Amino acid sequence: MSQLFDITRATLAKDLRLEWRSKDATNGMLFFSLLVVVVFSFTFDFTAEDARRITGGLIWMAFLFASTMALNQSWLRELRNQVLDAFRCSPAPPNALFLGKTIGNFIFVCLLEAVVAPLFVVFFNLRALGDTPLLILVFLLGTWALIVNGTFFAAMSLRTRSRELMLPLLLFPVSVPALLAMVGATTAIFTGEGSPSLPLKFLTVYDIVFTTISLLLFETVLHAE
Amino acid sequence: MVQLQQVTKLFGRFAALRSVSAEFSSGRCYAIFGENGAGKSTLLRVIAGLARPTSGKVVFDGPPEMLRQRIGYVAHASMLYDELTAMENLRYFGALYGIKKEEQKMVAAIRAVGLDPGLERHVGDYSQGMRQRLSLARTLMHGPEILLLDEPFSNLDVASARDIAALIKTLRDEGKTILVVTHQVTHVEGVADYSLLFSQGQLLRSEAGTAAARVAGPTREGVAS
Repeated sequence: MSQLFDITRATLAKDLRLEWRSKDATNGMLFFSLLVVVVFSFTFDFTAEDARRITGGLIWMAFLFASTMALNQSWLRELRNQVLDAFRCSPAPPNALFLGKTIGNFIFVCLLEAVVAPLFVVFFNLRALGDTPLLILVFLLGTWALIVNGTFFAAMSLRTRSRELMLPLLLFPVSVPALLAMVGATTAIFTGEGSPSLPLKFLTVYDIVFTTISLLLFETVLHAE
Repeated sequence: MVQLQQVTKLFGRFAALRSVSAEFSSGRCYAIFGENGAGKSTLLRVIAGLARPTSGKVVFDGPPEMLRQRIGYVAHASMLYDELTAMENLRYFGALYGIKKEEQKMVAAIRAVGLDPGLERHVGDYSQGMRQRLSLARTLMHGPEILLLDEPFSNLDVASARDIAALIKTLRDEGKTILVVTHQVTHVEGVADYSLLFSQGQLLRSEAGTAAARVAGPTREGVAS
């Protein structure tokens, strides 16, 4: 257990350091999300009421597409110089690599959300009518749902020729139930209509189930030829 | 001791290894020769556990749960992160082998291959030869008993290649089992106890010293065809 913790921590520290130096994932994600905010805000002329109803979907769509960039990048750097083979040769538990990468990607996307979400508020003139602090919980649970599946499927599509295409093909259908819950909870908080508790419960269960499945299957994915 | 029993490795319909049987003893160095695509690298990958044999098996002495700890593998690629320094790379890979806190082992491994552990440059800025040596240091630092070296002399100047050959000889004398895939016969003369000649996935000959390479016929500057 301590070995799993140590290697997870080492992988996380390594990924954070690599991203800090290369900015491969964050630049792409940030640029894409900013584009979405700006383009949508200029394309549609929302009233405050419209914005509250629609922005939940827009936010999550932007983060879903942006996060796929981080997910692909996080595994691509393991393919360069065949570094992944060095991990596969080692006695390190595969789940340490998975957890380290998942937590790293989760941090990157959370940071992105912290920067971009306020821009949505400004550009769409948003004022939540519901329990605003709950949004933090929605964002944490929703982001974990996207990232845990995304990290798993990005690893799965790593050795395929069209990996950029494969990741969305695998990830998006599986993420639909979670996306519906995220959008439902976010919209409920923005509009103040209905309770976000049911989608939040659903997201919690979804996160637990898919994290467990990913951990159980990751070794097979890592050592697949 | 490593024993290959009728090992065949197919990639689709292409046979990279055809029913290869061989035994590699402790304290011996084996030079593996053959033309491009002869199956030399696949042989090392199968022994390293990176590729599963389609049929046949690889048998090791000693406890199987410690196997990965006992193998060190140098591939064609450096298996290093370009954006990290030498010590940062070794600290990460040291964590995978449970020696993260034993920095003296990392420093000793870097010194053994003739590099400066204090070098703050990122590995991406290294010359090919320096990367090759650091890759060897990564492999040596956890003290593996079985060393699988795929083209360890490529990109090295004559003096560096001579140093690495001397290091391989020392490691052999310490009782390690060493398999060296190379095209450069001159570098393993006096180091290799046996030579194996592969062609089209088959083990054609096994001879004492580097005699098997001469069967293939040294071409320009002692390079086996």
